[in-house]
Amino acid sequence: MTAALRFDPIRLPEKCEQLRKEVRAFLAEEIAAGTFDPHKPNREDTDAPEFSRRVGAKGWLGMTWPKKYGGQERSFLERYVVTEEMRVANAPTRRFFVADRQSGPVLIKYAPEHIKMDILPRICRGEICFAIGMSEPNSGSDLFAAKTRATKTDGGYLINGTKIWTSSAHIADYMIAIFRTSQPTKENRRHGLTQFLVKMKQPGIQVNPIGQITGQYEFNEVVFTDFFVPDDHVLGEVDGAWKQATSELAYERSGPERFLETYYVLTELVRAVGPNPDTRSAEGIGRLVAQLHTMRRMSVSVAGMLQAGKEPVVEASIVKDIGTVWEQQLPHRVRDLAAFVEETATNRETLERQLDFAIKTAPKLTIQGGTTEVLRGIIARGLGLR
Amino acid sequence: MAESDNIVVETAEKIFADLADPQTINNDKKDSWRAPLWQALSEAGLPLSWVPDDLGGSGAGLADGFALLNAAGRFAVAVPLAETMLAGWLLAQAKIASPEGEMTVLPASPRDRISLDADGALSGRCRGVPFAKAAKHFAVLAQGKDGISIALVDAGKGRIESGLNVGYDHSDTVTLDKVQPVTIKPAPKGFDQTHMMLMGGVARSLQIAGALEAMLDISVRYSNERVAFEKKISKFQAVQHNLARLAGESAAALAAATSAADAIANAKSFDDEVYLEAASAKIRCAEAAEKGGAIAHQVHGAIGFTSEHILHRFSLRALAWRDDFGSESHWAVELGKLVAVRGADELWPLVASR
Repeated sequence: MTAALRFDPIRLPEKCEQLRKEVRAFLAEEIAAGTFDPHKPNREDTDAPEFSRRVGAKGWLGMTWPKKYGGQERSFLERYVVTEEMRVANAPTRRFFVADRQSGPVLIKYAPEHIKMDILPRICRGEICFAIGMSEPNSGSDLFAAKTRATKTDGGYLINGTKIWTSSAHIADYMIAIFRTSQPTKENRRHGLTQFLVKMKQPGIQVNPIGQITGQYEFNEVVFTDFFVPDDHVLGEVDGAWKQATSELAYERSGPERFLETYYVLTELVRAVGPNPDTRSAEGIGRLVAQLHTMRRMSVSVAGMLQAGKEPVVEASIVKDIGTVWEQQLPHRVRDLAAFVEETATNRETLERQLDFAIKTAPKLTIQGGTTEVLRGIIARGLGLR
Repeated sequence: MAESDNIVVETAEKIFADLADPQTINNDKKDSWRAPLWQALSEAGLPLSWVPDDLGGSGAGLADGFALLNAAGRFAVAVPLAETMLAGWLLAQAKIASPEGEMTVLPASPRDRISLDADGALSGRCRGVPFAKAAKHFAVLAQGKDGISIALVDAGKGRIESGLNVGYDHSDTVTLDKVQPVTIKPAPKGFDQTHMMLMGGVARSLQIAGALEAMLDISVRYSNERVAFEKKISKFQAVQHNLARLAGESAAALAAATSAADAIANAKSFDDEVYLEAASAKIRCAEAAEKGGAIAHQVHGAIGFTSEHILHRFSLRALAWRDDFGSESHWAVELGKLVAVRGADELWPLVASR
């Protein structure tokens, strides 16, 4: 037996290509209507509630979920196509992205039926936004050091403590968070955390924006003071959140967003060098395209594994490790290659503006959603090293 | 193309395990492993996998042949298996029957040319031809006034300047000076040297991916055995993270190579999409050979740098295979030009088409 991981050459089925055309046509209309400018990834406000509803109306949110919850029961490969087309177009997906990718699937697995019937259809309609409450001021990669307490009280729990780096908390309607319900045991330091559904925008929750080095305010500090969460908002096993985290990771870590975050600078570079690139530019572009193509084939392969009902956590970690390191380096490689672009290139200013933003974005890419170090630890475990 | 999911690969793996064990070969200073291995492969019909029955081959599909080359890479097989397969495939394009014995292809680089003159004679100089010295015949792609021809040439008619690649396998310079071929026929319409180079490049990509799989295996095994500072070195986080990166490079190489193989096996023509797949595979696998091989050596320390250890059989061959049928620099420039000509807004549609 070999330790090597296989990424079989999954091809997107025919019906995906029809869907891709529909998504492209929809995005072209939105761009024409002025909803967003695909050349401006650095827009001030990335929240677009009306756009979110129109995407929902197309049936492109919760596409893989059961119909009784508002879903379409379509495949992961179809969802993949929608996700990558949105990302490449720089569409404003902030409002629905987290809910569609991972909050919905968590609710489907662990929430009581009446909550699923209430919330999932609203996600599918693009009406509500989710945040993820994992990190705390003294607990980042070490998730199981979380200290924010959930103390049992009549009919529910009282929450006290602080979550931090919480993307979209300022616009979110709900958060899926982990809180401490018991102390860890000697045998299991991961014991004692419980996953909860939290309704945001209520007294007892204070959201404080945190400025980022890009100039944007997308993540927040979220302070809970005696905030009440009812019993039926417990997701899964009390004290057993550690058993529930792994499958979520395969969804979170292998998607096209894990290598396309700065893709726009490559497109703009190709535009700037024009149809007759010098050898240096041609080689640089060729290598980047080969690397991009390879990552996408790996990522599609993981989508195929998810569709087949597998939990490819190690494979997904490899995609995120290689993909995020690549998208982090991409603006710097493009900058290298753009050094000799003609002064007269018509999109020179656009490229420079984009590079400026992508270079500022780059450092976060290998941190958010599981750092490179954490990912390599997971891969090493998969290799049997720990 | 999972291991042993088809009879061709199963047969090959049995032969490799019996007759191409890397440690046994490494210990054998007299090359006595070579003849029995080739004989067993030939008896199983493997070198002519890509040649139809009616042209003297065993008529396995393209997909099975690619899987066979991936397995050969896992054993760092050092006989002209890939070369004979490619030669048989090339001859079959022009319906030329394959003879018995070792073959290789001319040219083996996109920078070299063989020309066909009005008298039907072939001339040209080809560098870096793998296993030319071991070959009994050459399968030649030649450019003439009336287009492209494919020819079978008796290897004795060429002048061979012997050389070795960095993996210590023969990589020779072959000169044909007005050589009359055994057989020559026009290539099918639309078939050209680029197609042949892409096919060779994908073959090499699968071999590199296989070698990386083996490097990952032996590196993981070694890290679980070797003790330093009173611990197995596999317990050091720095080593774990290096091995995780090697696993990533190995996975990327395998994904790129199997995807390209699948693309070629199912292609109706060599269009831009197949070009993207094949060129990308060669570029990405070559990069993985460099990065992955360096990690495998780092994990092994000094022992991996000795000729007694088998690591170099994989690491050096993977590096050497980068050079054949167009290096990664060559394909990157060509792919970059193709992308530039299509234009910025056609880049994503091209990538998404696969």
